[in-house]
Amino acid sequence: MSSNATSAGRPISARELLPNDEARVKLRRIRHFKDLTTRFLVSTAGYGVVISLALIFVFLFIEVVPLMRSASLGDPVSYPVPGSDAETVYIASERYQEAAVRFARDGTVSFFDPTDGRRLGQRVIGFDGAEVVSFGSGEPRTGLVAYGLSDGRAAIAKHVYDITYPDDVRLVTPRLSLPLDEELVAIDDQGQPLNVIAIQEGGTGIGIAAATADGRLLLTRYASRRSFLTGETEFVRSSYELPPPPAAPTRILLDITMRILLVGDAQGFLHYYDISQPGQARMLDSRRVLEGELASVSAMEYLLGTVSIIVGGSDGSVSQYFLVRDEDNINRITRIREFDRHPAAITSIFPEYTRKGFAVGDAAGNLGLHYGTSASTLLIKPVSDQAVTNVSIAPRNNGMMWTDGTGQIHYASLWNRHPESSFKALWRKVWYEGRSSRDYVWQSSSATDEFEPKFSLVPLSVGTLKAAFYAMLFAMPLAIFGAIYTAYFMSPKMRGLVKPTIEVMEALPTVILGFLAGLWMAPFVESHLPAVFSILILLPLFMLATAWIWGSLPRAVRYLVPPGWEAAILIPVVLFAGWLCVTLSPLIEIWFFDGSMRQWFTDVGITYDQRNALVVGIAMGFAVIPTIFSIAEDAVFNVPKHLTQGSLALGATPWQTVIGVVLLTASPGIFSAVMIGFGRAVGETMIVLMATGNSPVVNFNIFEGMRTLSANIAVEMPEAAVGGTHYRLLFLAALVLFGFTFILNTIAEVVRQRLRTKYSSL
Amino acid sequence: MKRWFKSGDPWIWLIGGAVSISIIMVVGLLLLIAVRGLGHFWQSPIVETTFHDEGQEIVVLGTIRSTETVTAQAVREAGFDVPEDQELVTRYLFHLGNRDLTGRDFQWFIGDFLEEFRYPEDAIMLERREWGNFFGYLAAVKEGDQIVAEGEAAFSELRERLARARDLVDATVDMERYDIGRINFAIEQERLEQRRIELNDRLGSEEKAERIAQSEAEVARLNAEYQELFEELTELRASGRRDSLVARTSDGREVTINLGDVVRATRANTMSVPQKMREYGSRFWAFMTGYPREANTEGGIFPAIFGTVMMVFIMSIVVTPFGVLAAIYLREYAKQGPVTRIVRISVNNLAGVPSIVFGVFGLGFFVYFLGGNIDQLFYPERLPAPTFGSPGLIWASLTLALLTLPVVIVSTEEGLTRIPKAMREGSLALGATKAETLWKVIVPVSTPAMMTGLILAVARAAGEVAPLMLVGVVKLAPNLPVDGQFPYIHLERRIMHLGFHIYDVGFQSPNAEAARPLVYATALILVLLILVLNLTAIAVRNRLREKYKSESD
Repeated sequence: MSSNATSAGRPISARELLPNDEARVKLRRIRHFKDLTTRFLVSTAGYGVVISLALIFVFLFIEVVPLMRSASLGDPVSYPVPGSDAETVYIASERYQEAAVRFARDGTVSFFDPTDGRRLGQRVIGFDGAEVVSFGSGEPRTGLVAYGLSDGRAAIAKHVYDITYPDDVRLVTPRLSLPLDEELVAIDDQGQPLNVIAIQEGGTGIGIAAATADGRLLLTRYASRRSFLTGETEFVRSSYELPPPPAAPTRILLDITMRILLVGDAQGFLHYYDISQPGQARMLDSRRVLEGELASVSAMEYLLGTVSIIVGGSDGSVSQYFLVRDEDNINRITRIREFDRHPAAITSIFPEYTRKGFAVGDAAGNLGLHYGTSASTLLIKPVSDQAVTNVSIAPRNNGMMWTDGTGQIHYASLWNRHPESSFKALWRKVWYEGRSSRDYVWQSSSATDEFEPKFSLVPLSVGTLKAAFYAMLFAMPLAIFGAIYTAYFMSPKMRGLVKPTIEVMEALPTVILGFLAGLWMAPFVESHLPAVFSILILLPLFMLATAWIWGSLPRAVRYLVPPGWEAAILIPVVLFAGWLCVTLSPLIEIWFFDGSMRQWFTDVGITYDQRNALVVGIAMGFAVIPTIFSIAEDAVFNVPKHLTQGSLALGATPWQTVIGVVLLTASPGIFSAVMIGFGRAVGETMIVLMATGNSPVVNFNIFEGMRTLSANIAVEMPEAAVGGTHYRLLFLAALVLFGFTFILNTIAEVVRQRLRTKYSSL
Repeated sequence: MKRWFKSGDPWIWLIGGAVSISIIMVVGLLLLIAVRGLGHFWQSPIVETTFHDEGQEIVVLGTIRSTETVTAQAVREAGFDVPEDQELVTRYLFHLGNRDLTGRDFQWFIGDFLEEFRYPEDAIMLERREWGNFFGYLAAVKEGDQIVAEGEAAFSELRERLARARDLVDATVDMERYDIGRINFAIEQERLEQRRIELNDRLGSEEKAERIAQSEAEVARLNAEYQELFEELTELRASGRRDSLVARTSDGREVTINLGDVVRATRANTMSVPQKMREYGSRFWAFMTGYPREANTEGGIFPAIFGTVMMVFIMSIVVTPFGVLAAIYLREYAKQGPVTRIVRISVNNLAGVPSIVFGVFGLGFFVYFLGGNIDQLFYPERLPAPTFGSPGLIWASLTLALLTLPVVIVSTEEGLTRIPKAMREGSLALGATKAETLWKVIVPVSTPAMMTGLILAVARAAGEVAPLMLVGVVKLAPNLPVDGQFPYIHLERRIMHLGFHIYDVGFQSPNAEAARPLVYATALILVLLILVLNLTAIAVRNRLREKYKSESD
């Protein structure tokens, strides 16, 4: 190009320096392409981030939704009953629903595939010529059944499923076993028909209770004993005769601890016998278990764990009872709750295998699913135009079988994953098994299978609010007062030191605050209780005294420190007051509290935990002070100067200006600061986790601990079974935290933005 | 007085007091951590004294951990006979060590029953690999059963032989960790390979058998190699345990301690200040670079530091581009309307959502959903043992990235808004496209803002523990997430973390009193890390503000 310029000697036009048209078009295209690519890239990333953040909410919500779903039954499959035509007395299925069993009145036991009725085997129990007069079953998980015979004997059997994995494929082989090694066992020595029979298996062995035709009540126990030599289980039989109930029994229930025997009679009464010493068994309580005058008990069954009794009435009522110890230390049969009424008499009740729910069939052909703890009726669905005679739930609560008058067995798949959660169970007082009254309890797991999970969110919510409340109580005065002082009175130089210090305070990891609170402060506070309270009183007094003394000092001294440095002068005063209180603490204890304030609390009747709300309040207060401080300071500092100067010019003192002008103008900002601080306190996890005992209590006692929603998640989430009710409830807790803090922050943000527009218009 | 109150002055002083209290709390807290954390490494003198209790005399030997004044009443209730007229009692917490002999490491002694403190010169303190510290008097040093030094000469002999033993033990540990670790890893890989072959439907049965045989041969070769190494290791171990020392405890018992079990030995009462400082440095170094021992209550915190840094590093790689691009989108490309405003407020508010909520999300979505599916697709041979389907480094990093995304976005946006309009318009007026303006003008100018955001994000992430408890940290990780085995960075591994280490050692440890100084020291390291990061961020931000202030004028 330079040669061009010299040789031709004519002025170079700008055009010639540029690339030619073709190259320019190309370059423009490239630039355009780059521009578009960037736009695409940035937009994608922008949308991606926004979507992924929204995904948090959506995902949490999706995980929680199944909790709200009620139970639903699939389309039923029907097939003729396998085996004999005799009346079906019991049906049950195996864990994987690959096999099921039907017991007929004539002793025919047929195994079949519950989903299509395919037969898998059959066996007939021989009754030695006697007639079957009654039938009883143990808890479904034991698989134990008993036929009561007309000759005073009983046939005991168990349906068992052997699971093997030949070639890595599951194979279920059903069989009938005889737990007592013989098919028929004698119950009544006098050979009377066993009109009612009950059987149960517990840790100590097998118990059989029966009522004979001539009105006697018999109890036979087979205590299991493991032989040391052979390792085999052998049974020791013992039999007792119990005092008969006032009316002829219609139903007997025996619990797995072999201590409680319940007898129901035709008038709807339930009688409770204490049989822990069967020789001296006594009837301790009787009560009518139906509300309706004319109704009679038409079905009665224990729930899992044999604590709760479900009573179904001929009037369609379904209610739950269990024994509750009263003030005189006597167990009373107590009505706990009622479920939705069925339109006709209850014919059959079947408890769930692993939870406190049960299925019900009624005379009008309806199936019902109810759940004990949550007092919820999940489903009442008409399935037949005839009475449902037997009903059964699969062990994993994923299928149901029932029989009716048509001579068919019906099977349907079932979705009933989260019956434990209902509004009542989560937020209202619930009467849990073994408790003397209704209560709010959170106890999600335990070692035993029969455990009733207690999912009340009330203790956790109360704990969350309690922790946040005490934190705010500590933080609000310090942060807000400090912010006003820093923004309005403090000299700029000191402000330049204070603000970064507070920012550093905000950055401190909460795990460190929690660790100091739990390991250093909690024991310190416990041993220096008087110091804590005396600091509360002495500190303001000392500050006022310093102010007075400073004010009365000669001017020459006062001018040594410029105005706006009061806080710096106060630092040694505060340190001295703190030191004084800590040193005096043991002496105060000696003077006023007999040497130990901690002991004094116990004597007065105040519960004192070492890791308590006071410690949490201080530690968490420490964590939220900077949040509140920064925002409030910002709001106060940005109050337009002409407002305050106007006020001062009109003769108001600085303090009057603060109260009358600054605070009034900045109050929305301070409000939003408090909101954000509160949001932070509600969600804080580590401090609460480390500085409290994490016991879910429902009170606001400052000397007791608490468990918050967030700490609860941290403690229990790793152990919760994926997809279970507990797991989803923890997700619900997270969702509640998310929603709560999000709303708080949004309110605060909107208030703050309005304030900003107000400032700019002033 | 009334006029004074009316003037409002006292109230101003009172609210000023709130600032003083806050400042004292922050500074006091930092000092507390610093003093306790740093004090841990300082060799305090070994005190010998006699404790009189109901006619019994017990010789007490150990270091004093803390002193406190309590009311005499409390002591009387504990069953001690304190004179009636006395009101206050001083008590001392002695670190007695010798947990293997007496069963208790620490004991409170009431000052009234103690004789004057003596500082015997021959008292030694041994830091052991197991059973905590040992306090006693050195009697002799032995090689095998042969006594090589006794009396005054014993200690210098001990130091020499201890150095040798320590080197040998270190060599064994290295061998276990690297050589044997490599073989174990290779054998595990072969096992998985076999499983993969079995699961592969495309292979014929003959081919399968052939390949499995190949793999079996490889396993056999590895096993042989292992055997060889193991013999070498046994020899090395025996050599490291050649020497031992004989010491007398305060109650007169004589104990033999193998030098292979001893980490360091000090004769605290004869040490000069420079010696103590050298010892201090050495202990601090061991703390920072060593591996934990005794259920994390002793030894170093290197894996925790490494895990924290690694996690924060991966998080930064993820969060920076997304955060910056999202901020650019919101500020430069999105139409500024109510929707953008809502999005902006929402993003802002996400910074206030409790971190545990992110942890729950991470566990449900990343670990169980994403991780579970990755396992199904890519690691069927390891099932049912999860690979990515369990908490791990990658999920911890991603969860924290999500958590810190708002921080980066807000900070970057703030930087973008501060750029004077004239700059942007000048670039556009000169004919630059929007992309050119962005990459050549806006991004370079706002880099410091992005840096601030990133640093703040890193500081927040380093201190966050609650979500990590759900998605990836563990009490004790057997392996670092980076090692010499392919693929070198193991994103699925669980990591140790400084913050979680504090929680775990402080609250879940069986010997809380012994572990406490260590927790303070760990806390100090974490606080220092975060303070440095934050102060850097503050400094960067302030410089940035000044710069724009001058430029926009």
